[in-house]
Amino acid sequence: MDDKNKTGISRRTLLKGSAITAGFLGTTAVTGFPAVHADEPITLRYLSTATNQSPAIAAKAKEITGINIEYVTVTTDDVTKRIITQPDSFDLVDTEYFALRNLIPSGNFQAIDANKVKLVDKLATAITKGEVDGKKIGNQGTAPHKVLYLEKQRGKEFATEQTEWITLIPTTYNADTLGIRPDLIKRPIESWAELLNPEFKGKTSILNIPSIGIMDAAMVNEAMGVVKYGDKGNMTKEEIDKTIATLIEAKKAGQFRAFWSDFNESVNLMASGETVVQSMWSPAVTAVRLKGIPCTFQPLKEGYRAWASGFGLPKTLKGKKLDAAYEFINWFLDGWAGAHLNRQGYYAAVLDTAQQNMEPYEWAFWMEGKPAEKDIHGPDGGLLEKAGTVRDGGSYNTRMGAVACWNSIMDENAYMIQKWNEFIAA
Amino acid sequence: MLEMKSRWAPYWQAAPLAIVFLIFFVLPLLVTFAVSFWTYTGYSIEPAFVGDNYATAFDKCLTSLPELCTTFRTYLSTLKFCLMVWLITLVLGFTIAYFLVFEVKSNNARLILALITTIPFWTSNVIRMISWIPLLGRNGVVNQWLLSVGLISEPLDWLLYSNFSVVLALVHLNTVFMIVPILNSMSRIDKSLVEAAYDTGATGWQTLWNVIIPLSKTGIAIGSIFVITVVMGDFISIGLMGGQQIASAGKVIEAQINALQFPIAAANAVVLLVIVLMIIWTLLRFVDIRKEL
Repeated sequence: MDDKNKTGISRRTLLKGSAITAGFLGTTAVTGFPAVHADEPITLRYLSTATNQSPAIAAKAKEITGINIEYVTVTTDDVTKRIITQPDSFDLVDTEYFALRNLIPSGNFQAIDANKVKLVDKLATAITKGEVDGKKIGNQGTAPHKVLYLEKQRGKEFATEQTEWITLIPTTYNADTLGIRPDLIKRPIESWAELLNPEFKGKTSILNIPSIGIMDAAMVNEAMGVVKYGDKGNMTKEEIDKTIATLIEAKKAGQFRAFWSDFNESVNLMASGETVVQSMWSPAVTAVRLKGIPCTFQPLKEGYRAWASGFGLPKTLKGKKLDAAYEFINWFLDGWAGAHLNRQGYYAAVLDTAQQNMEPYEWAFWMEGKPAEKDIHGPDGGLLEKAGTVRDGGSYNTRMGAVACWNSIMDENAYMIQKWNEFIAA
Repeated sequence: MLEMKSRWAPYWQAAPLAIVFLIFFVLPLLVTFAVSFWTYTGYSIEPAFVGDNYATAFDKCLTSLPELCTTFRTYLSTLKFCLMVWLITLVLGFTIAYFLVFEVKSNNARLILALITTIPFWTSNVIRMISWIPLLGRNGVVNQWLLSVGLISEPLDWLLYSNFSVVLALVHLNTVFMIVPILNSMSRIDKSLVEAAYDTGATGWQTLWNVIIPLSKTGIAIGSIFVITVVMGDFISIGLMGGQQIASAGKVIEAQINALQFPIAAANAVVLLVIVLMIIWTLLRFVDIRKEL
């Protein structure tokens, strides 16, 4: 029991520690590298959640490009808040596409010039077109391809067709589903409806970030056949009312053990056995498994709730810093970072270059859904999977191909937040 | 000249604190109040003077009576915690302060024991909260012990993520705020008054009730103000220990700020402020802090 928390905390502390070390090394050991910016090192303040940050990526970027990456770590909601209220407090931001519906009208972004991004044509079609392997995937919610292009660089209108002005250059994306404890449930789980199954009374959890939690709730309601949605990602007031009513009823009946809003909370709930089925994120499942506790990121017949995150530039960025930001983005798409992310269970924006930076057996396991030829190690060297296992949900095409909806900001967002608070207070 | 100087001197001396208060307390408060009448979109707030935010805060509160609306229910729940935590910390804080002042004879021992009461503050709030899970969780130490001695056959779920755990954590955190002011008042009680009470034949309880408690009133009032304001505004402890299933006024405001709905969050903050001020005003009706300091 104690181990669980120690690991949870030490991982976080380690991340912070390493980020600080990386930043510190960056400022002192400039002369060691024959880098482009060795004469005058440029530091980019990189704003994002902890999920998107990796000291290893910052260190490698420093080695190759000479650019110092200074991570600014905040929560999902705070990324948006910072962009709106303090647009000068960062040089580069890694934020989710769903936030763009609020960010772009604020005018605090400058679109990225597609001509300066070398691999722009190689960006995954899941993001640029909403297609995987040539087939359309679910586009309910704020699907990235709906908000990828602007009419002009400092425009406030999304373009309906491809332009040379890109809102966010994708960094990572994934298909999320429910996490389960197979050892405690002991039977197959196939539907989102199981989250509210009275069989698991007092042992489930949903995440308390409204714009993501509402989508999980919608998947559950739809699976139970309680609500039929026109578009889950853009509900009407009636649909919101019905969705929340189901949640309130379940809450009053004691269905939920707790709600979580932080990565580490979800790991603790699952690892300690407080919950057996809950909303979860892929690296959290990995974190539980690294403790030697069985945990499955369970594919479900209704499909996945997808999310995508990408680089954006603040409107005030210019000169050398702007050049450095483009250089860093180009390096990021160049494969090393992509491979690093793929090995964590996320997906890279440019698949070809990531593949070139991975061993064939790694690629086969993570991306093709084949049984692992040898033991699979995480980016930090820890053992993730023994030889012979298959990734939950299978290949990239199977997982991303089964996306049902995307995280979303709705037209009725204000109303949704009000109803969500009612649910929490119920 | 000298007269002029001395007349203005107190004002100059008070000026630095007054300025700090003005900039960091009064000004933000005024801004919050002003913004609570503004309108907003998902990405901007616009100056205006509308009551919509207050109307939303009390949406359906009158029409749905006797059924309580979200806001009333939230405040009722917060007030309930406030009352419970206040009562428990008061009894605990008073008893501990009494022990430290009247039972501990050595000054050094008193100092060390007083410092020990601050132990809950030696680590960060979040880590302290997380540490409760291995203790109170379904598979936690307490449940395992109860199971092993045969007192229960199924783990107790209400130990964690419940009203019980919220009160426990809040008491753990806030008792020291009660101890310190009461300790301060008590240590200034003239011991000869207590002796006089005994000499005139008062029992221990009578001395406590008629001498010590009245003379500790200021400390009790100050401690109460600390505890009540902290608990009314708390959302981290209630959130973490309640498994985020228990609403609090602070949590509602946080959710609205996260959704960039600053004006409605400001309106709720003003409502919260008014309620807390009303509680404190009532408290001050019983004790005139200024007179007794």
